[in-house]
Amino acid sequence: MDLGGINPVILIATLMASAVPILLAALGETVVERAGVLNLGVEGMMIFGALGGFIVAVHSGSPVLGFIGGAVCGALLSLIFAALTQVFLANQVATGLALTLFGLGVSSLGGQGYNGIKPPPTGKLFPQALTDLPVVGPIVFGHDWVVYFSIAMTAVLWWVLKSTRVGLIIRAVGESHEAAHALGYKVNRIRLACIAFGGAMAGMGGAYVSLARVPQWVDGITAGAGWIALAIVVFASWKPWRVLIGAYLFGGITVLQLNLQVAGSAIPVEYLSMAPYLITILVLVIMSAGRKASGAPAALGQNFHASR
Amino acid sequence: MLRLEKRPTPSRFWLYATPPAAVILTMVAGGILFAAMGKNPFEVIRTIFWDPVFGEFAFYLRGQLLVKAGPLILIAIGLALGFRAGIWNIGAEGQYIMGAIFGASVGLAVFPTESRWIFPVMVVAGAFGGWVWAMIPAILKTRFNTNEILVSLMLVYVAQTILAKASTGFLKNPEGMGFPGSRNFSSYPAAKNAFLYEPLGLHWGGVAALVTAVLAYILLTRHQAGFQIRLAGQAPRAARFHGVNPARLVVLCMGISGALAGLAGLFEVTGPAGQISIDFNTGYGFTAIIVAFLGRLNPLGIVLAGFLMALTYVGGEMAATQLGLPAAAIQVFQGMLLFFLLAVDVLTNYRFRLAVGAH
Repeated sequence: MDLGGINPVILIATLMASAVPILLAALGETVVERAGVLNLGVEGMMIFGALGGFIVAVHSGSPVLGFIGGAVCGALLSLIFAALTQVFLANQVATGLALTLFGLGVSSLGGQGYNGIKPPPTGKLFPQALTDLPVVGPIVFGHDWVVYFSIAMTAVLWWVLKSTRVGLIIRAVGESHEAAHALGYKVNRIRLACIAFGGAMAGMGGAYVSLARVPQWVDGITAGAGWIALAIVVFASWKPWRVLIGAYLFGGITVLQLNLQVAGSAIPVEYLSMAPYLITILVLVIMSAGRKASGAPAALGQNFHASR
Repeated sequence: MLRLEKRPTPSRFWLYATPPAAVILTMVAGGILFAAMGKNPFEVIRTIFWDPVFGEFAFYLRGQLLVKAGPLILIAIGLALGFRAGIWNIGAEGQYIMGAIFGASVGLAVFPTESRWIFPVMVVAGAFGGWVWAMIPAILKTRFNTNEILVSLMLVYVAQTILAKASTGFLKNPEGMGFPGSRNFSSYPAAKNAFLYEPLGLHWGGVAALVTAVLAYILLTRHQAGFQIRLAGQAPRAARFHGVNPARLVVLCMGISGALAGLAGLFEVTGPAGQISIDFNTGYGFTAIIVAFLGRLNPLGIVLAGFLMALTYVGGEMAATQLGLPAAAIQVFQGMLLFFLLAVDVLTNYRFRLAVGAH
């Protein structure tokens, strides 16, 4: 079954993979923002993770180590943000922007000499026989492990945030840091841990771009995916399953747009490639219009200093 | 054990001492980075910060300083007005591109007419282009409460694809033998942003930047709108009671910053860049964010910060050609500067105290 040269089964299977980077990054940022911290450095952490993961994978020959390396790199970079905002009480918006600028610069510097190298491939998880099944084959069984990991993380974070003590503490810190502090929780340490987790997720998402999606190192490889992840968190009202829906919608648009380019659509290539960004804006408008309470954590973006 | 203690009032000393302290810390950390890259750190720092002003080629490079500082100052002043009011326009790069495209389109539409009115009209068109691009996030913010940070940033990517389309499509030089890029303004006198005084690198963009800095200073310190901007940033609730209309403030701040970024784009494309091409924009819109903070969001401070940042660009290019320092190293250097600035800034509002015993 083809619709205008585009096979819907392939489309769904591809969008699941293409959504992984923004899904992972947006899930991480969801936790960070639920703890009351706005880290605008997602793009910087992603691209740093993309480079770090790529370098580790190329030198070790293991894509799994590459993804771990990407996560570690993202977390390391996020610690700069954590130190500045949690210890030095710097403005979160400005520090996040600085993190993105710095991450882009460092990756551009560190990535020299890695152009044109192929990373070790990340294979499919299930055997060929299952992948060859009609319809369910490509959609359910046709992916590498990171795709399943990203879906599992969605479920885990939903469960942790909703029904565990850890989740309750994170949300308390994000809704009212004064109250959480009065209850004896170390607000800044909890936030620091959340920031590092967000950094690791963004870094792993970035590594998926350079190891599986592209797969090679190109300067500026993430091309705004970190910013789109930030938009998806707003779209999702800070809820993990909605983050998944948002990321898949977005992944679908990206894939569709690429397919239309390949299929030789009448719309010029330039206008198709701006579609993802325009649609993100549109979605943001729809989600924020006419609502007094956006569902954002009450203490989002505010620093906490324990005066007593 | 050290602990932070909030100062009763912000320290005036640290308000002014923060930027120099951050620059020194960045030089130290940057020196370590350059040493790690196998370069002599002292030589690199000297090449970046000393040579462009006092070195062998300073007679030429000094002029380059204003050429680079002009657009940075122009954009940063606009951004600073918004940042002061808590309005985060971070899509200046997109507004800069759109200003250049709008202005250049007007000029190229009437090519090869010669008239003294062409350039002024292009300037207005450039400011208009940036303003329109900034109005999108502003109106979405005021009408639909959409986050202006994300929308303005998304529009940078949209502007970049329009720029790609312009340089390979609707603004492409018909006599360019198939190469991408528009006609070169240097061979079109009526639309050219020529140097007014070459040794200083002064063109209309530099004039606009310096005039804007003075006007913005007056606006912030002497005018009702400036008071409202400062009030809205420092005490949003008090601003409401004072009768400040937040929506009007968003439109005003975004509009000014968009128009200034558009102007910067126009002066750049008709002057130093010379033509619309896929990569004529060099990230000034993002670097200007650093300039705005380095200048402490104060128009006069931004002028100094703009020159310092221009120094890292000019010196960085010198270091690239003479010492083989990669261009990206300068980007890292600029990013570090902002980090140190934000970190040292804690001393303005807090002081470190030795905590005696268990508290």
